[in-house]
Amino acid sequence: MDNEIVEKRSLTPAVDLFVVSAPEIASHCEPGQFVILMAGEKGERVPLTIADFDRDEGTITLISQRVGKSTHYLGTLKAGDRLYSLAGPLGLPAHVHEKYGTVACVGGGVGTAPLYPQARALKAAGNHVIGIIGARTADLLILEEEIKGVSDEFYVTTDDGTKGEKGFVTTVLERILLEKQVDRVIAIGPVLMMKFVCRLTEEFGVKTIVSLNPIMVDGTGMCGACRVTVGGETKFACVDGPDFDGHQVDFEELMERQRFFREEEELAFEKYKQECRRNADG
Amino acid sequence: MARGGPRNKMPERPPGERIKTFEEVALGYTEDLAIAEAERCLQCKKPFCVAGCPVEVKIPEFIALVKEGKFVEAARKIKETNVFPAICGRVCPQEAQCEGMCILGRKGEPVAIGRLERFVADYEREHGEVETVALPPPTGKKVAIVGSGPTGLACAGELAKKGHKVVVYEAFHKPGGVLVYGIPEFRLPKSIVQAEVDYVKSLGVEIRVDHVVGKTVTMKELLEEYDAVYAGTGAGLPRFMGIPGENLNGVYSANEFLTRVNLMKAYRFPEYDTPIKIGRKVAVIGAGNVAIDAARTAVRLGAEEVTIIYRRTERECPARKEEVEHAKEEGVKMLMLTSPVRFLGDDSNNLTGMELIQYKLGEPDESGRRRPVPLEGSEFMMRIDTVVVAIGQSPNPVIQKTTPGLAVYDWGGIKVDENGKTSVKGLWAGGDVATGAATVIKAMGAGRRAAADIHRYLMGEEEWPAHLHTDGSELSC
Ligand SMILES: Cc1cc2nc3c(=O)[nH]c(=O)nc-3n(C[C@H](O)[C@H](O)[C@H](O)COP(=O)(O)OP(=O)(O)OC[C@H]3O[C@@H](n4cnc5c(N)ncnc54)[C@H](O)[C@@H]3O)c2cc1C
Ligand SMILES: Cc1cc2nc3c(=O)[nH]c(=O)nc-3n(C[C@H](O)[C@H](O)[C@H](O)COP(=O)(O)OP(=O)(O)OC[C@H]3O[C@@H](n4cnc5c(N)ncnc54)[C@H](O)[C@@H]3O)c2cc1C
Ligand code: SF4
Ligand code: SF4
Ligand code: FES
Repeated sequence: MDNEIVEKRSLTPAVDLFVVSAPEIASHCEPGQFVILMAGEKGERVPLTIADFDRDEGTITLISQRVGKSTHYLGTLKAGDRLYSLAGPLGLPAHVHEKYGTVACVGGGVGTAPLYPQARALKAAGNHVIGIIGARTADLLILEEEIKGVSDEFYVTTDDGTKGEKGFVTTVLERILLEKQVDRVIAIGPVLMMKFVCRLTEEFGVKTIVSLNPIMVDGTGMCGACRVTVGGETKFACVDGPDFDGHQVDFEELMERQRFFREEEELAFEKYKQECRRNADG
Repeated sequence: MARGGPRNKMPERPPGERIKTFEEVALGYTEDLAIAEAERCLQCKKPFCVAGCPVEVKIPEFIALVKEGKFVEAARKIKETNVFPAICGRVCPQEAQCEGMCILGRKGEPVAIGRLERFVADYEREHGEVETVALPPPTGKKVAIVGSGPTGLACAGELAKKGHKVVVYEAFHKPGGVLVYGIPEFRLPKSIVQAEVDYVKSLGVEIRVDHVVGKTVTMKELLEEYDAVYAGTGAGLPRFMGIPGENLNGVYSANEFLTRVNLMKAYRFPEYDTPIKIGRKVAVIGAGNVAIDAARTAVRLGAEEVTIIYRRTERECPARKEEVEHAKEEGVKMLMLTSPVRFLGDDSNNLTGMELIQYKLGEPDESGRRRPVPLEGSEFMMRIDTVVVAIGQSPNPVIQKTTPGLAVYDWGGIKVDENGKTSVKGLWAGGDVATGAATVIKAMGAGRRAAADIHRYLMGEEEWPAHLHTDGSELSC
């Protein structure tokens, strides 16, 4: 049945993977596109990147990090449950079916999820793929095997050194850029990480594509909540993106805009936690 | 009450009470009031009112039935040309349409046609008397409708009544278009929209929500799978002003503001998960229905001071007069002949103020309205916490961008002939996507006209004209 969760797993204590039955989305989506879902009738519209898809099975894979009320609630759903609403594929496909030469695919935290289908497509298009993924600590790393499987070279970093190299993805990327010719960089992760990657690649003059995640409502170009400034112009990330030339993006504005509803988000999350506690007690 | 005389007021929730609630403001006539108002009508032999109505509702006929207390029959009479009277009676700009032409308006006050229309439609629904239509045998033809706003629903209903299989594709998770995501509950209760949607479904129409045509399914696929397609995708693309500071936190498009509140029910946050943030001082830029709705919504969300800012004067203000009055009663201020030139923010990208400039009215422009001219040196500052930009919407672009060969205007509208035919064989379009932002009744009328044309085409009574295949240069709206 459409919107039914056919598989649910935890990738880390804070990251859930869902395989959802959505034949029409699966048959039309391309790497780089996303969906908007509502877990329940009173829920928010939550954008999540399509981390994988199977056109034959008619399923898509979503990977969600629990950050606030909506993603925590989503995390309580199990195989057999149905999402109240699921729309997509939204946004423009990423340009990953071309041959650029050597492409560094940099993923931070849960950003590794949307990176995976792009890295896979780039590999299939004949590129030399360098996979670099990082997280704060070993427990938070996701899709290691998958990214490794589509990379010609593969690196892991953790901030605390619990796995791979101690440090940031930028540490590894800088070394590589010094050593060899890289024709393109794809960076997906926390805004701060994308910003630092872009600062670095700008010095080397390597075109860098980032995937932006501003706050969204409809995801079809009807509200403008997702406005981002790219090259001095206002763009709607849901229809003009989510991928943009990272050297043109105003990351500061994006970060501030993502914080706009912080008080309300905290309020909603507190209330949710209380309810959960009450349910557990009662 | 005799013919002529002052019109009967419609009971309303008092302003002090309604600014605290999203419950409907206007409470509707009672049976006695409706009959008294109906008695004012002169039953003109040549009714001007009918000429003012975009779908030519049989106004004197239905009013005569109201006078006799035959409310259900009156509702049926309206439905001969207008399928959604409960909605139109509430939201039509009657002063510019039917009531604007009523003969009584020349010397005194016109008959309250809209209020009567609303009354009989509510009566019919509340008394469970909504007509069940006997559907003809299936024709075997299939039609896809894109968009479930008033134009799409009207088209769907008409085609279903002719025995065609109809599937409506809607991008959002709820059908209704602007009626659910734009117009607020206090002006158009969502239960009424739901009743109309349910009625259309009862005719056998299937509604597939969460389907963004051009993304979830392409127009090409629809044209292959269905015998005809109607695009009623509306004008939902928000316009911004293009002035500095527009991306500051605290500047919303009217669409975002209203969608959060109406469709996502942010006014019931945190019971509903979608938040809305409102400051103490709110400015709404623009003075159409959208702006007035945003301003009155801001009042209800608890803003202390809400100001409508408009480049022209109240006389040019395109909103329904009744709603402008309601807004004023609710404490909304009107700052006319003024417009912002930039928004100002703090270090954290939060809106803190704006610079405005004053205007005067100059010579009339192409539309016949006097053009606002900025007064140099009249700039001034205003502290502000929240701004809602409501300066208009352009047609939704998804269909236009993803349908090869579709002729469009440079402003984004789809070119159609008088029956809604586009330049692509088998594809019709209508409502706001073809006219630009207009009215519910016009959108509904376009849907019905297209349905009649689609029916003729499906039954082989009419060929697709050869000349429309080309670049659409013969088409106009
Ligand atoms: C195109 C796109 C793709 C995304 N892909 C993924 C993904 O694959 N995996 C993943 O874990 N996350 C992804 N996100 C982020 C995800 O949508 C947010 O983490 C989620 O909406 C947070 O909701 P919440 O209620 O749990 O948290 P909240 O407490 O409400 O918010 C936490 C933070 O999440 C962001 N956020 C809140 N509401 C929204 C919203 N409606 N839209 C976007 N961001 C919001 C804000 O910056 C906020 O500060 C993506 C976002 C976008 C725009
Ligand atoms: C806030 C506000 C207040 C208004 N007040 C009044 C009023 O008082 N009186 C009045 O007469 N008029 C009013 N209007 C105008 C009126 O609502 C519109 O003219 C009317 O709704 C247009 O109808 P429509 O069916 O053409 O489009 P819409 O109502 O806009 O419906 C279009 C539908 O198509 C869907 N859609 C778009 N693209 C796609 C796609 N690619 N695939 C699938 N679905 C898609 C949209 O989600 C939407 O549901 C108001 C408008 C607004 C915004
Ligand atoms: S549909 Fe609108 S314009 Fe026509 S009679 Fe009814 S209220 Fe008046
Ligand atoms: S013009 Fe006025 S008075 Fe005459 S029929 Fe119409 S509503 Fe009645
Ligand atoms: S999310 Fe509404 S326009 Fe992009």
